[in-house]
Amino acid sequence: MERAPKISRNIDWITVAIYAAMLLLGWMNVYAAVYSPDLKQSIFDFSINSGKQLIWIGTAVIIIIVLLVIDYKAYESLAYVVYGLIILLLIFTLIFARPIAGSRSWLEFGTVRIQPAEFAKFATALAASKFMSTINLRQQNWKEHAILAGITVLPPVLILLSNETGSALVFGAFLLAFFREGMSPLILILGSVFVAIFILTLLVPKLYFVIAITLLFALAIWLNRRLLRKITSVVLIYAAVVGMVFSVDFFVNNILQQHQQNRIKALINPEADPLGFGWNVTQSKIAIGSGGLYGKGFLEGTQTKFDFVPEQSTDFIFCTIGEEHGWIGSLVLIGLFMALLSRIIFIAERQKTVFGRSYGYCVASIIFFHFLVNIGMTIGLAPVVGIPLPFFSYGGSSLWSFTILLFILLALDTHRKQDLTRA
Amino acid sequence: MQTIFFVVAAVFALKLFFIQVLNTEYKHAADANTIKRVVEYPFRGLIYDRKGKLLVQNLPVYDLMVVPKEIKDIDTLRFCKLFNIPLEEFRLKIKTAKAYSYVKPSPFLQKLSPEEFASLQDNLVEFPGFYINARNVRGYPHQSLAHALGYIGEVSPQKLEQPEYAAYAVGDYLGVSGIELEYERTLMGKKGVKYRMVNVRGLDKGPFKEGQYDTMAVAGQDLVSSIDLELQQYGERMLQGKRGSIVAIEPSTGEILAFISAPFYDPNLLTGKDLGKNYLSLLRDPEKPLYNRPIKATYPPGSVFKLVQALIALEEGVITPETGYPCNQSLVKCAHGHPYPSNLKIAIENSCNPYFYQVFRAVVNQGRSRNIYQDTHLGLDSWRDHVLSFGFAGNLGVDLPYENMGIIASSRYYDKLYGKTGWKYPTFYSMSIGQGETGATPLQMANLMATIANRGYYVTPHLIKGIGPNQQPLPDYQKKHFTSVSSRHYEPVIEGMAEVVASRRGTGWWANLSHLGIDICGKTGTVQNPHGKDHAVFAAFAPRVNPKIAIAVYIENAGFGSISSAPLASLMIEKYLTGTISKPRQRWEGWIENGEFYKSKN
Repeated sequence: MERAPKISRNIDWITVAIYAAMLLLGWMNVYAAVYSPDLKQSIFDFSINSGKQLIWIGTAVIIIIVLLVIDYKAYESLAYVVYGLIILLLIFTLIFARPIAGSRSWLEFGTVRIQPAEFAKFATALAASKFMSTINLRQQNWKEHAILAGITVLPPVLILLSNETGSALVFGAFLLAFFREGMSPLILILGSVFVAIFILTLLVPKLYFVIAITLLFALAIWLNRRLLRKITSVVLIYAAVVGMVFSVDFFVNNILQQHQQNRIKALINPEADPLGFGWNVTQSKIAIGSGGLYGKGFLEGTQTKFDFVPEQSTDFIFCTIGEEHGWIGSLVLIGLFMALLSRIIFIAERQKTVFGRSYGYCVASIIFFHFLVNIGMTIGLAPVVGIPLPFFSYGGSSLWSFTILLFILLALDTHRKQDLTRA
Repeated sequence: MQTIFFVVAAVFALKLFFIQVLNTEYKHAADANTIKRVVEYPFRGLIYDRKGKLLVQNLPVYDLMVVPKEIKDIDTLRFCKLFNIPLEEFRLKIKTAKAYSYVKPSPFLQKLSPEEFASLQDNLVEFPGFYINARNVRGYPHQSLAHALGYIGEVSPQKLEQPEYAAYAVGDYLGVSGIELEYERTLMGKKGVKYRMVNVRGLDKGPFKEGQYDTMAVAGQDLVSSIDLELQQYGERMLQGKRGSIVAIEPSTGEILAFISAPFYDPNLLTGKDLGKNYLSLLRDPEKPLYNRPIKATYPPGSVFKLVQALIALEEGVITPETGYPCNQSLVKCAHGHPYPSNLKIAIENSCNPYFYQVFRAVVNQGRSRNIYQDTHLGLDSWRDHVLSFGFAGNLGVDLPYENMGIIASSRYYDKLYGKTGWKYPTFYSMSIGQGETGATPLQMANLMATIANRGYYVTPHLIKGIGPNQQPLPDYQKKHFTSVSSRHYEPVIEGMAEVVASRRGTGWWANLSHLGIDICGKTGTVQNPHGKDHAVFAAFAPRVNPKIAIAVYIENAGFGSISSAPLASLMIEKYLTGTISKPRQRWEGWIENGEFYKSKN
């Protein structure tokens, strides 16, 4: 009986307000995206996405109440259990799900479909944070590093197997959170180099690329003669890089099937495939670009209606905002995300447990990654990867998953004063 | 970490400022309201015969398309009257189109003829939302070769969901059977797409971004078939009104010269507006015109199989060309009153059943084991390996889908039926004369003739000899497949086959072309038919030296091969080698064409 007023007193109302604002704007824009000037349906019409989104929002509120009422200590103590259950669910989905649009990632209950991959995000965040609270990442303990890597890599591998590339990439965001907990920046740098080589291999003809690498190494040795003393290591690194170029090339051209090859190539270079991804980006840029400074006004957009922009109420929801509310509207959206992310970091830093802090950073990293890739792809700065814009995109699984992700943090934060020690 | 966040936010804001506020190009594109995606259909590859005659061409047809979103205030009644459809159908079609997409065009009426198109074109302005889409359907100027060419049909919704069919859209056509299916990837070409800017009133405002996203349609590659259209049509004329098949192959290359399945149908029936209706009526026809006999029908090979028996026996060393066996009627009946088979040549010439009963037994029971059952097991399986090397009981790999493998029984088969010690030679002796648990397609039999003509190898029979402007040959069809019988054993068998046609006593005398200096080597056969009159078979190649054509002719319910399929095979050979039919043999044309042989007592 005592708990309820305490929650309302201690919960971080600023975050709740930003959350509510995002849901409201998201809902209105989902309506705008599916609104048809000929049919003039109501925003509450349950046969269109905005009506359904209202149901998802209602259920999200129930989830929030449950999350806040649960004993906050359970999140830490049950972290591995939740993670284990989600892994089992992913495996189950992989084996039993009916393929929908080429991907085996949806579980169907009657007319409702959920995507377990979405829920793997918070489960992995919980498990990784719990593990980080028991170790010190600053120490070069390779066994601990390996376990942590295992926890983060297992879910995306399962998700990749079900053909959901986008959702799997999100797990890369955890690197940011690990970085905060003391992981060597070397890994971030190595990771970036790896990605850069992968992308360049697909963009640049192999021969030129190898020549460029060779010249680069030669230049490095010429500029820094001391490298000659470590010539063995230099040659080994050189061999590794060239080896990687060839193996990526071989993997993409010989092992992948034709349609997978096309997909990867289109991901790197959308203009190479104007019928597929390139088409989406062009249409999306026209929609956003036509918004101007102030936008065309609510429900006045012409480009984002129907099929000119694909997935307009889910992955490409930002197009509707850009078209109908212009640059100002886009700035408001970016501002909301910045406010939310800063607030999450602020909350994370005030946690008294390593678990709480790590979890906070995981939440911020995941939301940031979605924001980065989703907005990036609609304006042609990032490859087209089908991931939703948190709290805006239509869809129950994604809304629930982000709500759970965020409100576990708020639940931890509400009770932070009860934790006396800070590791 | 916050720094990263804010740098990204700033980059996004800046980029958005560029495309939303500074850049006007996108606004123009949006003012034009829509960028219309116009798909250009490629020309499907054409198919020519070996002499350059067109077998398959493209004919223009017109589809009426509808974009539900753009329908505005149209006079529905006038529309229905003009297009001659009932009002309910109109409503249903609009509903279906809406269910597919509001903004993407979907087919409303398909395959209007050029005349219908011409009469509608002027009226179309009154009906916003309706468009004409021109495309091509297949046309067959010679009405021939339906079974080999196959047909194209609309891609099914199930296929559209699979990644291999990513290049297809609703309403697209693809090969459904025959060469059209087998060479789909070569024939289909690549769709082009043009992005046009169109304003609210539907006026074309030119290409989007100077057409930098446009792609050209790439026509499919043409195919050159190995078929000799003239020979094909001659064979079709001969088999008109009968059931049967003819396969002719050029032995040295494996190129199929004629591929006839009777009854046949006009391939033009399976194009155009009435494809579905015509397909159903062909399917329901009791004569089964869709049945592709040369690769689907398996018959016991009959007496022709004795040639294979002889070859294997020679290879195994159990007989020599001089070996004789008594024509012992108590082993198996022999229909022909003929001289004593004192050597292989006489046995083949007279198709002596008891002779080959004994040859087969000598091949099977060589005393590999003291146990008679074991010996029979080993003998049968080693014999079967030889038979398989001729391309029997397996897919030859012809460039047509759904080829039937045929069967040659193995020891496993009899084990299952009778147990390991429940059977020996007398159980399966009928295979010695090509009856019993044997089955081969006419294509496999023609291939056998090609193999013998080549003295020991075959090139996989195929219908397409070249692809594209350079007539690129297919590597699969360059390889020689050698049989397990060495080439020196072929000559004695060919000797016998020559005698079959050359000797007045021979079963193939009516196929004789010696007055033209053409020596045909052949073998008659009869396929026992429990449901009616036996099927007549004649398989042959010619000339004996440097053979140019190998052929298998099947005529169902024609009785004995000597008087029906043998003369037909020789007519085909004469036609192919000389280009015409010589005067004294023209009476045979009438005999075959009118089916006179049906009236014969045999």
